[in-house]
Amino acid sequence: MESDLFPPAGAPQPEDGSRRSFMKQAGGILGLALAPPLVGQAERLTAYSKVIQGATDITLRVNGQAHTVRVEPRVTLLDALRERLDLTGTKKGCDHGQCGACTVHVGGRRTLSCLTLAVMAQGKEITTIEGLSQGEQLHPMQQAFLKHDGFQCGYCTPGQIMSGVACVQEGHASTDAQAREWMSGNLCRCGAYPNILAAVREVAQRG
Amino acid sequence: MDTEPQFFETNAAPGVVGQPMNRVDGWAKVTGQARYSAEYNRLPGLVHAVLKTSDVAKGRITGFDTSAAQRQPGVLAILTHQNLPKLAKTPNNPDDKKAFVSSPMGFFPMESDEVHYAGQPVAIVVADTLEHAQYAAALVQVRIAAEAPISSYQDPKAQRYVPKTVKGTAGVTKRGDAQAAVQSAPVQLTATYTHAANHHNPMEPGATTAHWEAPDRLTVYDTTQGVSETQKTLAAMLGLSTEQVRVVNKYLGGGFGCKAWVWPHVVLAPLAAKAVGRPVKLVLTRQQQYTGMGHREEQEQTLRLGATKDGKLLGIVHEKTSTTSPWDDYAETNSRIINMLYALPAFESTYHLAKASVMTSTSTRAPGDMPGSFALECSMDDLAYQLGLDPIQIRLLNYAEKDPTNGHPWSSKSLKQCYERGAELFGWARRNPKNGQTRNGKLLVGWGMATASYPVHNSQGNARVRLYADGRAVVQSGATDLGTGTYTIITQVAADALGLPPENIRFELGDTVLPSTQWSGGSTAAGRVSSSVYLAAQEVWQKLIKLAVTDNKSPLYGAKPADVVVEQGRLQLKARPATGEAYAEVMKRASMGDVEGSAQGRYGSSYRVPGVAADANMNKEEKEAAAGRSMHAFGTHFCEVEVDPELGTIRVTRWVSVMSAGRILNPKTARSQVIGGSIFGIGAALMEQTVRDPHLARYTNADLAGYHVPVNADIPDMTVDFIDEHDPYVNAMGVKGIGEISIVGVTAAVANAVFHATGRRLRSLPMTPDKVLEALHQPA
Repeated sequence: MESDLFPPAGAPQPEDGSRRSFMKQAGGILGLALAPPLVGQAERLTAYSKVIQGATDITLRVNGQAHTVRVEPRVTLLDALRERLDLTGTKKGCDHGQCGACTVHVGGRRTLSCLTLAVMAQGKEITTIEGLSQGEQLHPMQQAFLKHDGFQCGYCTPGQIMSGVACVQEGHASTDAQAREWMSGNLCRCGAYPNILAAVREVAQRG
Repeated sequence: MDTEPQFFETNAAPGVVGQPMNRVDGWAKVTGQARYSAEYNRLPGLVHAVLKTSDVAKGRITGFDTSAAQRQPGVLAILTHQNLPKLAKTPNNPDDKKAFVSSPMGFFPMESDEVHYAGQPVAIVVADTLEHAQYAAALVQVRIAAEAPISSYQDPKAQRYVPKTVKGTAGVTKRGDAQAAVQSAPVQLTATYTHAANHHNPMEPGATTAHWEAPDRLTVYDTTQGVSETQKTLAAMLGLSTEQVRVVNKYLGGGFGCKAWVWPHVVLAPLAAKAVGRPVKLVLTRQQQYTGMGHREEQEQTLRLGATKDGKLLGIVHEKTSTTSPWDDYAETNSRIINMLYALPAFESTYHLAKASVMTSTSTRAPGDMPGSFALECSMDDLAYQLGLDPIQIRLLNYAEKDPTNGHPWSSKSLKQCYERGAELFGWARRNPKNGQTRNGKLLVGWGMATASYPVHNSQGNARVRLYADGRAVVQSGATDLGTGTYTIITQVAADALGLPPENIRFELGDTVLPSTQWSGGSTAAGRVSSSVYLAAQEVWQKLIKLAVTDNKSPLYGAKPADVVVEQGRLQLKARPATGEAYAEVMKRASMGDVEGSAQGRYGSSYRVPGVAADANMNKEEKEAAAGRSMHAFGTHFCEVEVDPELGTIRVTRWVSVMSAGRILNPKTARSQVIGGSIFGIGAALMEQTVRDPHLARYTNADLAGYHVPVNADIPDMTVDFIDEHDPYVNAMGVKGIGEISIVGVTAAVANAVFHATGRRLRSLPMTPDKVLEALHQPA
């Protein structure tokens, strides 16, 4: 197995939450959940929220714009984007971090918005598919998806593109095998994988 | 209508049809602007509905405790069978059954206390926010007096029977005396193949947004492959007339057959909306998708084959056993492809069913032909090895020059060219004829191939073309684009038919206010809609030609309409092209801002013989017989695998598909369909299975962590090519569908490659590592 599939020690890790990386991390997560300072964890999660139960106003910075939304602490970033802000480009495929359709960038890193509470994303720069292009000027990854037909139905596409952009930035698209591996947290049931790979690799090679 | 103009004759000049144009809906999809059915958030007062489903597979509901749920903030309604508004018609009433054009089951839940399958909807909670609805639904207590369920045909309690018919095919069919032919054959092979239950798993779960714009006017945004079918079915069940229901689907996040039907949630959403007096959005969770929109049934096939010593087929006896629901005799018709794929003199097929506590299985990409081809194409491979023949050779030996089921010629068939081209692209000539001989380090390498075919079903539908004097056009047909490229290919067809650049065409689809057309399913949409649009454009030209020849200011004045042709938007005499004028001139003088044409396109055997479509009692075979031609697309897949003998893992490392499917409207989108179908099939071959608990009859792995679909790292580079065909019999555009043939034969190609790699024949799908290791422990 080529070692380029895995990052060098100390390299930044994506928060892709994919099926595969979830399995790798599961031990750690379970360990955390069982650790004693549970209260501290809960307090940390709700620190931004004025009340623990019921809806409260929070501010999310999405695509360079500040939005105030009234949400309960249990509202996911995905549902806040889709149902409150009408930013429906980010898709819900499974709601369990298994499919990658909801991938957005939080603080510049790919993040599964269905596994992220909206309150946790306060104070961070959130980028969704709607914020990727500069007006009519598409991002190179969007152009590459069009050129290589990197989709059919288009439902996984925003997540694939957000993952693809991050994958290149992370330096995880330097070979075909590596890009395939690091794009495997995003499922595509139409089976556009070879075309998605072509798009990601083209952007990576353009530099 | 034998006078229907033929595309090939009137527009032979190359245009954008056949060009690898980028998707016209691509920009909306890569920017997140494409709105799917759950994304109509701006409806006034929109609220959320969440389904509560049964954990129990069989029993009777004895009561509900909704008190805790009722107390939750934001809850607007909790609906159960006790307070749900009654439907005008349900499939539960046999007398109503014929009213349903698109009901997938003979059972509709929440009409009584009966529970027939795990995951059956038993309550709906409507609340102001999704979170309120979800939490309240979790608090609804359902009391069910549970009974012992039957989990599948494999359950010892299951009673097997032979149904009268399955999907219009007789439970037992015989062509010649296949039993005798097999028994007396010099070469006899018998093998049993099993296929796990599979789920479609489109990335977009089922979703219905229902908006009563008036007490008698309902608009539904639904994840459907056919807006017209959903419209008619909803109207019948809700007691409305068809025109009172509007169904919209502008973007569909994959379908693969499961979105072809009106499943319970599609009806429950409008009922919930009526109950709360506000628009309601109901989205299935991924888990609910597994019991909300059908599946491909788990099944077992035994194929007995008889052949001569030189490899010619003498007869095949096929038996299939599968699970069906308590109400329906449903099975994929695997026998169809086994009956027709080769020059087979005798065939016998028997379907066995067992009723279990499951919902009715449903159409799944190439229903019947996909699993049927697994059994047939593995057995053909076995026959080749047994006789020392090349797998392509055995197929050429049994090549069907005519349809063996009725003796009719094919409308077109280029399968030999597919084999030839596929072998060339794959490098098949370098294949080691012996299996278990090729290695890449410790990995066992194998090559396999299989044949694909899918029928050209009958369908028909309408389209409208409006050409404006400014050189732009609006084209409309109530079709759906599952992601297959309908938006794009129809734009290309309209552009050529109107002589306009594609950017001047706006093609609108997915709405029942548009001219009605049948669903996008059975690989019918490309041929039907393209033909409808092409013919509608011809009507536009005929109107303009008539206008020109009667206009004394036109250079064409006095000419016979038949002598006038249209080239790139210019009306001119066929014999003297210099005499003519641009259509805009004709319209200007007549003070016409636009000209409209409409037409009904037909696909399949009813195209040349329209009368056969009128007889609703005729099945496909009878219609084909009336038309005198059998209509199928053909193709082939080639596969290389590497098998790890220590881990039992199989990786597909190379793939070649070559398809002949009539005119390819857009090789870029068509290629995507073919790689997509192949990947769907590779999933079924290697990893996909939904497992029902044998005691509880509940799915144990109903999510995308438990049900593995292929990921990017599972898929190699793929090569796709097409053999161009000109088929004047299938429709005005000569197009055969390509969405389904792309999966047929895929599982067999993989299994045949595994056999070549290991010398072990795996006949149970999916071929997971445990099965591979077990086989490797057996002698070859």
